[in-house]
Amino acid sequence: MLNPNIVTAIYIASSVLFILSLGGLSNQEKAKRAVWFGIIGMGLAVFATVFGPQVSGFGWIVPMIILGSVIGAYVAQRVEMTGMPQLVAALHSFVGIAAVFIGINSHIDPPTGLVGSELIIHDVEIFIGVFIGAVTATGSVVAYGKLSGNIDGKALLLPARNWLNLVAILICLWLGGLFLDHAGSWTLYLMTLIALIFGAHLVMAIGGADMPVVVSMLNSYSGWAAAATGFLLGNDLLIVTGALVGASGAILSYIMCKAMNRNFISVILGGWGTSTSSAQEVEGDMIATDVSTVALDLEDAQTIVIVPGYGMAVAQAQSAVSEISRRLRDKGKVVRFAIHPVAGRLPGHMNVLLAEAKVPYDIVLEMDEINQDFPDTDMVIILGANDIVNPAAQDDPNSPIAGMPVLEVWKAEQVIISKRGQGRGYSGIENPLFFKENSRMLYGDAKETLDQLLSKITMK
Amino acid sequence: MIIGAPRELQVGEKRVAMTPNSAFQLQKLGFECMIETGAGNGAGFPDTSYKEAGVKIVKTASSLWKQSDIIIKVQAISKIEETYLKKGKTIISFFWPAQNQELLERIVSSGVNQIAMDMVPRISRAQKMDALSSMANIAGYRAVMEAGNHFGRFFTGQITAAGKMPPAKVLVIGAGVAGLAAIGAAQSLGAIVRSFDVRPEVAEQIESMGAEFLLLEFDEDGSGEGGYAKPASPEFIEKEMALFRDQAPEIDIVITTALIPGRPAPKLWPKEMVDLMKPGSVIVDLAAEQGGNCNLTKANKVITTDNGIKIIGYTDFPSRMSAQSSTLYSTNIRHMLDDLTPKNDGKIKINLKDDVIRGALVSYNGTLTFPPPAPKVSAIGKPTTASENTGISKEEKALIEQAAIRKSGQQQLGLLAAGGLFMLIVGNYAPASFMQHFIVFALACFVGFQVIWNVSHALHTPLMAVTNAISGIIILGALLQVGSNSFVVTLLASISVFIATINIVGGFLVTKRMLAMFQKS
Repeated sequence: MLNPNIVTAIYIASSVLFILSLGGLSNQEKAKRAVWFGIIGMGLAVFATVFGPQVSGFGWIVPMIILGSVIGAYVAQRVEMTGMPQLVAALHSFVGIAAVFIGINSHIDPPTGLVGSELIIHDVEIFIGVFIGAVTATGSVVAYGKLSGNIDGKALLLPARNWLNLVAILICLWLGGLFLDHAGSWTLYLMTLIALIFGAHLVMAIGGADMPVVVSMLNSYSGWAAAATGFLLGNDLLIVTGALVGASGAILSYIMCKAMNRNFISVILGGWGTSTSSAQEVEGDMIATDVSTVALDLEDAQTIVIVPGYGMAVAQAQSAVSEISRRLRDKGKVVRFAIHPVAGRLPGHMNVLLAEAKVPYDIVLEMDEINQDFPDTDMVIILGANDIVNPAAQDDPNSPIAGMPVLEVWKAEQVIISKRGQGRGYSGIENPLFFKENSRMLYGDAKETLDQLLSKITMK
Repeated sequence: MIIGAPRELQVGEKRVAMTPNSAFQLQKLGFECMIETGAGNGAGFPDTSYKEAGVKIVKTASSLWKQSDIIIKVQAISKIEETYLKKGKTIISFFWPAQNQELLERIVSSGVNQIAMDMVPRISRAQKMDALSSMANIAGYRAVMEAGNHFGRFFTGQITAAGKMPPAKVLVIGAGVAGLAAIGAAQSLGAIVRSFDVRPEVAEQIESMGAEFLLLEFDEDGSGEGGYAKPASPEFIEKEMALFRDQAPEIDIVITTALIPGRPAPKLWPKEMVDLMKPGSVIVDLAAEQGGNCNLTKANKVITTDNGIKIIGYTDFPSRMSAQSSTLYSTNIRHMLDDLTPKNDGKIKINLKDDVIRGALVSYNGTLTFPPPAPKVSAIGKPTTASENTGISKEEKALIEQAAIRKSGQQQLGLLAAGGLFMLIVGNYAPASFMQHFIVFALACFVGFQVIWNVSHALHTPLMAVTNAISGIIILGALLQVGSNSFVVTLLASISVFIATINIVGGFLVTKRMLAMFQKS
């Protein structure tokens, strides 16, 4: 058995390692080392707790950890990179469920020796911890369903949904008051149920392009849930780690909102893509092109920028893209990738997909790095992206996405848009880019189209 | 509406504004096309080929002018054609309004609309109707051909049984469209090509064509408005001359293309340079029409100087390749008509709000519409600073920045004050044990915010995965509870241990897997 002071010392070491692990993600090379800091920190923390003074019941712990490790390892090996958003959402829900269980446990079997305000604080902590945990749990489950396609991705809008949410919160507050008055355990359980429904409803009402915000928001919640549990158990390591994760999720949500020029509150209140405000009618024709023409144009182009979107991930076209970009680079052309912060369904999703397909990360640029280069670009290829290249965000004050920063692809000499059909994008907004004179539509499944294109681009 | 293309009247002009192919496309826009008999002969398009494309052949110019609503031509109208002018008709042709003020006034008073193809602004949207660029491209190519014709040696270097021949050295002055076309043509013939331009931003284009850019160490940018060059200062010219003096003895062929809009051509290759050149060398002066870049140039003539150097001063290079130039010019005209016919219904609509049409329009409904408002977009993206782009001076920019800093400072102060107040309230009511944890919490949030801001955008997904893993730290809470006396608690805690482990192991492994994928090229 380790004595409590040693445990505390190990906890301090763990928190430092966690901070280093997050800080190391500032660049790709450091990050590979940083993940080991996290693993060591976690290993130390679990080791210190298990062999610490307060723990017994190894008969339960050991099999659970072994089983959990096996499943975790299996999932981590098998998950497709396109399935990362779903995996992340599922993992968030686990943290939420664990927070709910731990909170309820702490209510059933409270620590001894709490008196006066300490007891009240303890009860408040249980209540808040369970609430956040429950919202995270069902919210993440719904997010998982939407991202994996099991639930319709569109926003579900019940009438008076904001009032329903408000009523749910008020009831929870009221139940909280009763709980502190020792009205009985039922108040906690009823609140848990309401919070579960509330979490599901909250995420159901958000859809379309707002999903990255939701995922990072739930990331933040899972952190706060862990921190609340830390308060509940008086465990500083849990508090520190929870706060780190919470802060990380909050910053990601902020970055995503900023990249869409959306207010965080209005994202949470839901209802994307349903506005009926009169966006400008687009005049003109969409001009279709074919693979052979594009291949010829590519041979002529010197500077090429590829803009991937969620459509590329859906079609699993990233390896074809990677091969095309490699062949073009071998011919001495400058090929780069432009990533909008909200491309895909997860912050940084496109970067991971391209990395998986062996696109070197130094030719994958962010929006701010590449936007000024479009006027000098001969050709832009857009793969399954829509809103992030929509000029209406800059030109049309009535557009639902007005003011959102976008990739200014239309300034390039020529724009090729690979798209499944003539329909609108995930957010349901008309895109004037498709009607511009220098735009050419390449209809068809992104992967098939790119495979054909690949066969037309000769090796050097 | 009917579009008519008359025979060009200027002596030596072989181009034609309508080809069978362009006529076919124009009919698609809803127009009827007619052409004066024999108009296409000079460019190699006989009447029969027009007839096949559905074009009506008209015997005389006067009847063509009478029937057509839109007249498309290459050169501006001549004295004879002025007699045909009738209010409401539209003429599309080269015009050079700055040089042809008197003719312009007569056209305005006749009520005819004139679109000057030479006035199409040089913006990217208008490139497809930029006839000057089309013609300059041909002129550049032809300049090399003419030079080759008068040059007694190969362009490319060869080593044969009969001896070694060095490659010709070509100097192209002025890397506009004509200059770049000349570089391309000379390069593909195998010559060593060097090029000079006063606008430093074209260096990249010159190098992309395979030529060597002669760099002048001087801090002056010669770029003027609309992608053209502006006059240089005397100090600059002196430096430039020194550079040319170095080059002149080596160079076999000089092609000069330097033009400044609305001014006589700059004398970049004075007699002094000609004297320095080797006998047998050739100078092609593409600026001959504007007085020439060389002061020995005689417009429309080839002269040989006393030291055996040939100076070619032709002004009709495009017309010397009339089939090619007619094809390009007629396509430019067709694009112009395409823009003028937004509904594709065969009726032109002159939209004064369209920058391109407004820029090219010099006479409209009896009013003078020249000069147009200045075009704002530079043809070539310049690496200018942000303050220049937005038209805000440096001082103003500094002020705006200061205001922003002050505002964010105030915000931060406000947040700190609010946070401090909140802490005070919590501290007043909460027990000491809670406050200790709260300090830890607040500091951790703070550290978290500082650390996460530095995370690279590209690594946001690994960030989420790793935070998923470490939020599995909640396992500690569950571990502490497993040993409880209550079975329910033990069961729930065990489940929590199980799923938190999935989080930890799954999260870390998937992060590792992802990070391993990021490879540098």
